[in-house]
Amino acid sequence: MADPTGFLKYERHTPARRPIPLRLRDWNEVYEPFSEADTRTQAARCMDCGIPFCHQGCPLGNLIPEWNELVRTDRWDEASDRLHATNNFPEFTGRLCPAPCEGSCVLGIGDEPVSIKLVEQQIADRAIAHGGLAPRPAAITTGKKVAVIGSGPAGLAAAQQLARAGHDVTVFERDGRIGGLMRYGIPEFKMDRAVLDRRLAQMTAEGVRFVTDCAVGTDLPVRELRREFDSVVLCMGSTIPRELQVDGRRLRGVELAMDYLTQANRYLEGTATELPIDAAGRHVVIIGGGDTGADCYGTALRQGAASVTQLDIHIQPPMTRDPSTPWPVYPLLLRTSAAHEEGGHRVFGVNSTSFQGSDGQVTGIHLVEGRRVGTGFIPSAGTEQHLDADLVLLALGFVGPERAGLLDELGVDIGSRGTIIRDDDYMTNMPGVFVAGDAGRGQSLIVWAIAEGRSAAAGVDAYLSGGSSLPDPLEPTAMAMR
Amino acid sequence: MKYSAVPERQGLYDPALEHDGCGVAAVADIKGRRSNKIVADGITALINLDHRGAAGADPAVGDGAGILLQIPETFLRAVVDFELPASEETAVGLPAVVSPEDGIAQAAGDNGPGGCAFAVGNAFVPTDDRERAEAKRLVAKIVAEEGLELLGWRTVPTDPVGAGVGQMALDVMPSFEQLFLASPVRADGTRPSGIDLDRLVYPARKRIEHETAAADVDVYFASLSSRTIVYKGMLTTHQLPAFFDDIRDTRVESAIVVVHSRFSTNTFPAWPLAHPYRFIAHNGEINTVRGNRNRMRAREAMLASPLFPGDISRLFPICTPGASDSASFDEVLELLHLSGRSLPHAVLMMIPEAWENSRATMDPAVRGFAEFHASLMEPWDGPACVTFTDGRLLGAVLDRNGLRPGRWWLTTDGTVVLASESGVLPIPPEKVVERGRLQPGRMFLVDTVAGRILDDTEIKSTLAAAHPYAEWVHAGIVPLADLPARPHVATPHEAVLRRQQVFGYTDEDLRLLIEPMAAKGAEAIGSMGTDTPEAVLSARPRLLFDYFSQLFAQVTNPPLDAIREQVVTSMASIIGPEDNLLDPSPNSCRQISLPFPVIDNDDLAKLAGVNSDGDMAGFAAAVISGLYEVDGGGQALFDALARCRREADEAIADGARILVLSDRDCDAKRAPIPSLLLTSAVHQHLVRQKSRTKVALVTEAGDAREVHHVALLLGYGAGAVNPYLVLESAEDLAAAGLLGGVSPLEAIRNTVYALGKGVLKVMSKMGISTVGSYRQAQVFAAFGIDEDVLEEYFTGTTSRTGGSDLGVIAADIHERHSLAFVSNGAVREHRGLEVGGQYQWRREGEIHLFNPETVYLLQHASRTKQISVFRRYTDTVDELSRKGATLRGMFGLRTDIRTPIPLAEVEPVSAIVKRFVTGAMSYGSISAEAHETLAIAMNRLGGRSNTGEGGEDVDRLLDPRRRSAIKQVASGRFGVTSAFLVNADEIQIKMAQGAKPGEGGQLPGNKVYPWIAATRHATTGVGLISPPPHHDIYSIEDLKQLIHDLRNANPRAAVSVKLVAEPGVGTVAAGVVKAHADLVIIAGYDGGTGAAPLTSLKHTGQPWELGLAEVQQTLRLNGLREQVRLQADGGLKTGRDVIIAALLGAEEFGFATAPLVVAGCVMMRVCHLDTCPVGIATQNPVLRARYTGTPEFVETFFLFLAEQVREYLAALGFRSIQEAVGRAELLDIAPAVDHHRARGLNLAPLLAVADIDSGHSCTRPAQHDLSSTLDAKLIVAAADTLADGTPVELAFEVRNVDRTVGTMLGSEVTRKFGPDGLPDDSIRISLTGTAGQSLGAFLPRGITLTLTGDANDYVAKGLSGGRIVIRPEENSPSQQPGQKAQVIAGNTIGYGATSGELYLRGRVGERFAVRNSGALMVTEGAGDHALEYMTGGRVVILGRTGRNAAAGMSGGIGYLLDADISRINTEMVDVEQLADDEQVWLGEVVADHARYTGSRIAFGLLAAWPTESRRFSRVMPRNYRRVLELQAQAAETGVDADDLIMEAARG
Repeated sequence: MADPTGFLKYERHTPARRPIPLRLRDWNEVYEPFSEADTRTQAARCMDCGIPFCHQGCPLGNLIPEWNELVRTDRWDEASDRLHATNNFPEFTGRLCPAPCEGSCVLGIGDEPVSIKLVEQQIADRAIAHGGLAPRPAAITTGKKVAVIGSGPAGLAAAQQLARAGHDVTVFERDGRIGGLMRYGIPEFKMDRAVLDRRLAQMTAEGVRFVTDCAVGTDLPVRELRREFDSVVLCMGSTIPRELQVDGRRLRGVELAMDYLTQANRYLEGTATELPIDAAGRHVVIIGGGDTGADCYGTALRQGAASVTQLDIHIQPPMTRDPSTPWPVYPLLLRTSAAHEEGGHRVFGVNSTSFQGSDGQVTGIHLVEGRRVGTGFIPSAGTEQHLDADLVLLALGFVGPERAGLLDELGVDIGSRGTIIRDDDYMTNMPGVFVAGDAGRGQSLIVWAIAEGRSAAAGVDAYLSGGSSLPDPLEPTAMAMR
Repeated sequence: MKYSAVPERQGLYDPALEHDGCGVAAVADIKGRRSNKIVADGITALINLDHRGAAGADPAVGDGAGILLQIPETFLRAVVDFELPASEETAVGLPAVVSPEDGIAQAAGDNGPGGCAFAVGNAFVPTDDRERAEAKRLVAKIVAEEGLELLGWRTVPTDPVGAGVGQMALDVMPSFEQLFLASPVRADGTRPSGIDLDRLVYPARKRIEHETAAADVDVYFASLSSRTIVYKGMLTTHQLPAFFDDIRDTRVESAIVVVHSRFSTNTFPAWPLAHPYRFIAHNGEINTVRGNRNRMRAREAMLASPLFPGDISRLFPICTPGASDSASFDEVLELLHLSGRSLPHAVLMMIPEAWENSRATMDPAVRGFAEFHASLMEPWDGPACVTFTDGRLLGAVLDRNGLRPGRWWLTTDGTVVLASESGVLPIPPEKVVERGRLQPGRMFLVDTVAGRILDDTEIKSTLAAAHPYAEWVHAGIVPLADLPARPHVATPHEAVLRRQQVFGYTDEDLRLLIEPMAAKGAEAIGSMGTDTPEAVLSARPRLLFDYFSQLFAQVTNPPLDAIREQVVTSMASIIGPEDNLLDPSPNSCRQISLPFPVIDNDDLAKLAGVNSDGDMAGFAAAVISGLYEVDGGGQALFDALARCRREADEAIADGARILVLSDRDCDAKRAPIPSLLLTSAVHQHLVRQKSRTKVALVTEAGDAREVHHVALLLGYGAGAVNPYLVLESAEDLAAAGLLGGVSPLEAIRNTVYALGKGVLKVMSKMGISTVGSYRQAQVFAAFGIDEDVLEEYFTGTTSRTGGSDLGVIAADIHERHSLAFVSNGAVREHRGLEVGGQYQWRREGEIHLFNPETVYLLQHASRTKQISVFRRYTDTVDELSRKGATLRGMFGLRTDIRTPIPLAEVEPVSAIVKRFVTGAMSYGSISAEAHETLAIAMNRLGGRSNTGEGGEDVDRLLDPRRRSAIKQVASGRFGVTSAFLVNADEIQIKMAQGAKPGEGGQLPGNKVYPWIAATRHATTGVGLISPPPHHDIYSIEDLKQLIHDLRNANPRAAVSVKLVAEPGVGTVAAGVVKAHADLVIIAGYDGGTGAAPLTSLKHTGQPWELGLAEVQQTLRLNGLREQVRLQADGGLKTGRDVIIAALLGAEEFGFATAPLVVAGCVMMRVCHLDTCPVGIATQNPVLRARYTGTPEFVETFFLFLAEQVREYLAALGFRSIQEAVGRAELLDIAPAVDHHRARGLNLAPLLAVADIDSGHSCTRPAQHDLSSTLDAKLIVAAADTLADGTPVELAFEVRNVDRTVGTMLGSEVTRKFGPDGLPDDSIRISLTGTAGQSLGAFLPRGITLTLTGDANDYVAKGLSGGRIVIRPEENSPSQQPGQKAQVIAGNTIGYGATSGELYLRGRVGERFAVRNSGALMVTEGAGDHALEYMTGGRVVILGRTGRNAAAGMSGGIGYLLDADISRINTEMVDVEQLADDEQVWLGEVVADHARYTGSRIAFGLLAAWPTESRRFSRVMPRNYRRVLELQAQAAETGVDADDLIMEAARG
């Protein structure tokens, strides 16, 4: 039994962010450590609800009340076990997930929600520190071989689940290192790469084979893939960026956000010696108000940008939950990420009408204020503006997986939304070929990716073994509540 | 059934579930002088008990009346045309010096006096001449074969027309013939007579019963004896003497008569069901009868008696199949008596007193008698007042709880009158020598030969002296503790985990169920009911236990309060082989006594190894392994059960006397048979083999982990249960340090205790006091199990709707097993146990109707007034329903039968919402904000909200906008005042609540905030108890009385009765309608917003669909449906739910959870913790500030809902709900067939619509005429006072049929003058005579009732400021100096009084001043449980007080003269000296008592008050004193007293 009055006794606290001048000088994670004792107090705020909306809000179905109680009572190992029961990589989600669970926390109705994400990260980190990542190789071998294409969170989750069920799993990554977006998409200050590497070490020890620099479909012909493997799981993500079709798009200095982040991360980790797109000393304008935009924002500041401006087509959301997103749905409100505190500024309710250039190099951007309606935008007359810019980063989202090569050759069907069609067991129209993560769902959060990877693994296992005891947290069609 | 119109089983109606209640009386001449006057007096008494009986839809069809008397020999000789053998002597002629011992101990053994040399009996025979001739031929043949002489037949003259017998009764009326038998003359020239002759006649009658039944000839003997004769029939009390000419004949003489007026829960006449039976007339219910019958059947194999020469098996079955509980009791009593025990002896075997907990106070010999007989026979348990006679002795006994009333009088001319109530015979006061009452577990006995009344002590010590019972017990019975200990085996964690997986343990089981038991020894509490699928509808593997639900007592008998009245309960039992019941000897008790039905692993080892040292001859044990090949499915399970049965037979043949049924040691191939199936299968088999009583069954069960599981195992045959895995789990949790310092040993002990204690609560819900009689009693309902499986393995339990067969059960086992033993050997990393999700919603767990999505959509829709979102909500809920979350989800709506109509033609939303009510939630359980939200919304809509049981604060009571139209009257009677009732549109009697039927509740002190205390007339910071039973409803006729009381308290309000669905609720509802309720609420088990033990929350009661359908069908069969409205309540959420409820028979609809969710509830399920974070189920001001609900939200919900209902009505072709009510033919059960495991489910019985001319809905509401009551006259006489307050004095005579005197007058006072009434003594009423029940109920301030005479039960119930004085007639011999205090009034006096004064000169019965919260009451002696649950007020007892005084008393003060501390339950109170100022105050009270009543006791005390006052002790609740002290402290320091108190209460 949880402490029934914890929420009346304690206030919400989350880790402090390091001082801005300090953190701008390095790429280390921005949060200060948080003590075990304080974490236990935060966990004690959990009310152990009859309907834990947080547990629904989390696509993984994390057993949040269970591990909050275990933490409160100082049972960290069991907490880690309960956490890993639904989540292969809590150390990733504890850092990277925007925590829809907290948006649906019941305590959030009339109070501040429980610091769920904090507790999750603390459990995960403490487990790592105490040997919790010891490999758990399968007790049996089925003799079945599975290829996982893509090493982002969906692919890794599927791979780990399948390996533990006794299958022989190989993960193929076209990039030079394993991790997908977690390696090259997000900035280091959000997650230390050592966190990723430790988990990969565990998986390697559990028998997962990783093959990098291998674009399946080109480097490894599809026919060979199908011959070699009993099953294939496509976890290649949604990588085609949404474009901005305005004049000046082809000017130099108008770049895709993901291109910018990837090369920045490569440079940082030392696998690239060049930094082709460097924000240092430049006026940076980021188009797109989402998380990728914020990642660019923090990266640009650390690179020493002269200014950073983030444009959002939506009007500025309120400081507290907007009535259009009542509890327990994911709240629309003004989110101020760590990066936003560090400098620069945000402009809301604007649309870019064209880029201005000089010598093929972008110099500015024309904007108009207005209102987003559906997928359109209604400009307000007389609100045109101009903004100087010498680096524009397009962070407008992604429209689906790349079809050329692998997908076309596999012959998998693509739906109208540009994603791969799958059945209830995550299998595509091609027998034995499964899909998980953004490639099937469209762009989404890391928790959805992991959940999909886990569910698809259950589908693969059942396909290969005639039945599966692997957990299956998610229907392919499941959506967040709206 | 013979001579009966009781329908066959059909739809959901089952005649086996009928109940009855009644009034009983007996009259005897103490010297045994026969006269016609005694007979006439008996009939007068019967007629004066008419109000305790009932009539059906046709007032001319009574529920039954009858009379038992001594054989009127002179009369019979005069009227028969054949010769009757001369009887040697009759009782009348005997000298009066015969010792009483002769009567009680030996009469049975010799040819006792009394009785004729011929036997005579009234037979019910066919009316058809040819059939009757055949019946007589068969009888003659058997009589001859038995060596008896058939002397002749006499046609009993009857006058059905003159008596005005109703048509339904006439249709099934038999012919009446008297059979006369004799035994041939013996060698010595005498003929056997009396009991000797009865022993010869008995086998003949048993054979006639069996052989005529086999020949399909209807013959029933009301009696056949040489000592007594019974006339009875399906008559009203008035009809009985008119019907039988014999009874009116002045030549008929008897010294003893017993009469009985029956109240049945149905309207179907059944002639044999009238009382008296052959030896008894019974007022009560035998709750354990199924187990008693099973055991009698098993015992038959061992029976032998020289008193029944020849093949004894011709007596079998002893208990006639299909007979009533009273009939079975009578049959067994007859066997015990005729086989050599006196009638009192046999009665005490079957209804023992509560001896188990009285080692200190009981005579060891009497205790030995009780203990010895407990090893022979389990108690026939339940509320009972059994009046019995053998023609010489007339006795009566009350069950150990004293749950039926009984009063007696002795007159100067030697007449003894015994009756359910006082005043049944007009006895002039100057002739009354003594007035007494029956007492719990005590026997009252008149020996008409010895010519005196024997008291209980004398009877028992005489019986106990016959044999050295205590020595036999000491030598024979081995306490479990005395068996040699075996080593304790601790199981490693990994093994525990594996076993937990096999048996389907979940993480939730460990967290919510097992941890609290292991840590604290207490069962876990939950809130907000349950909204998960029935086992048979679930998509998940469910334990077999889940298919069963616990039965509970409602209306026809009371649940017990096992906590406060623990003194009468026992968890101890005796297991082991039984011997010949008819030949008691030291060998009869070679058995093992168990202090507790749950045993730990070490105790099991003791039993399993009972004779492994070879020194316990006769105690061999054998273990039967309950495993089966899991891959073999249902067939393998079937085969394994057959094997286990075979092995049991073999073990018994080999001499085993303890069989351990074990599911241990499963592995990858072999899975455990569900322990319940294993136990019951073996048990039923042994019953059939008649070898059951040779062995004890002990179940070693891995799957049993909840109270419910253990209760089931006991109920279906286990003598003891060793739930080894839950104990190992507790040990494992403790060893891991998870129980906060509780050691492994303590954890085991705690768990054993919690499980056993929980079973006690389960038993008491059904009104069963001892585990000895609970065992094998099968008081459970099954739903969703295949009929053949039930018939074979759970014989006697029926489900009516089919369901899962062994194949499905095996598939579930396989699924659990495969999680523990994954088929390919893979390990499920991080996945120890499944998460669960039965109690708290989990994604991987069971589905719940309220889940994050449905809660969100409902709140969003009602708060933003978006009907489109509301439709998403209902679509989602209905889809979950279809997935199995509800039974109604299995139904389809047939829109193809009637032509749909345009929506515009359907009645408007405004008409539909008037049929909506919100559920009973007390102010106290929920906040003022939430409570008023519902009330305002319902008042605006024209529906009704409900106060719940917490009263209503005066501010709201008188505000038409904010008040609740329904005022609830529950067992705690909190704030039930005259003003409360007068301001009601509907008064609802809560018999049970869905979340925890059969249980009471408790509001802990820390939730009794000042404003709650004020509303409930209680004390801030002092906890409040709602007892399980209403202490004024122990039977159906009591409910009738309460309805009458409430109707008098507000004649303008409808009176409703809330029941919870369970099998048999239909017959209960029929009884309730016959008790004159206007509205019956059928609640499902699932709803319920209150806190409840998790066992109750999940496993008690059934869905309302079943209950409502059964009620609808039963009321229609009874022709009662048109006079009552029905309401469905429980988890209604959508328009579809409403329309299905309407089609099944409901015309009103109750909602609780859904409107609460609308108001902001998020199903935290922590209502019991006062931490509701949305400000609903809390009184904490900080949390209440978070409340966000408004009446508008609730209105929107109901308007949307009504709109949806309109759409369904249009689609079904109805213009209004009224048209749709009861039209079950528009429901379709095709969807159920497709559902996963519900393939075997047949829901057709729910939809059965009998093709009879009987309405579907309420079209002729019952009219209640109060114009001929005494109060109607009082109101006229007090007209001036009612107009302007002019004082008035009135005088009236009163009789026992004048019930609830003063109440309707009081309601007029309150209506006119408000809650404060009038100045004291404004209306003074002098009454003389015997007042009927409920004198002065709810009497408001301003009225003084002074009764000279005596009164019955329930005086001053709910006293609301008035004054009541009762004093005996001064001229009665019983009042002469030197006489002890006489009984002046009955049981349950002053129940729920809130203010006012009561002065009683004389003694009263049980539960005096129960739940008094503010009145002053004085009496001169009280029975058991006085001052129970008191929360306020002052009580003075100037005489002896019975056992268990002050149980549950949390407030008020008691002043007891010469208090016997051993009789006071000091759990919550201290007994202490009076303070000086108190002595002064008490002196004034005693002086008032003297002044009002003329009490000699009071005058005596006052004469020397300074010394006499020291004889008083003060009974002071500890919490109450603390509050008084804090108040004093606050007064001194000037701080707010309430703040101080609440601070202290929160700790």
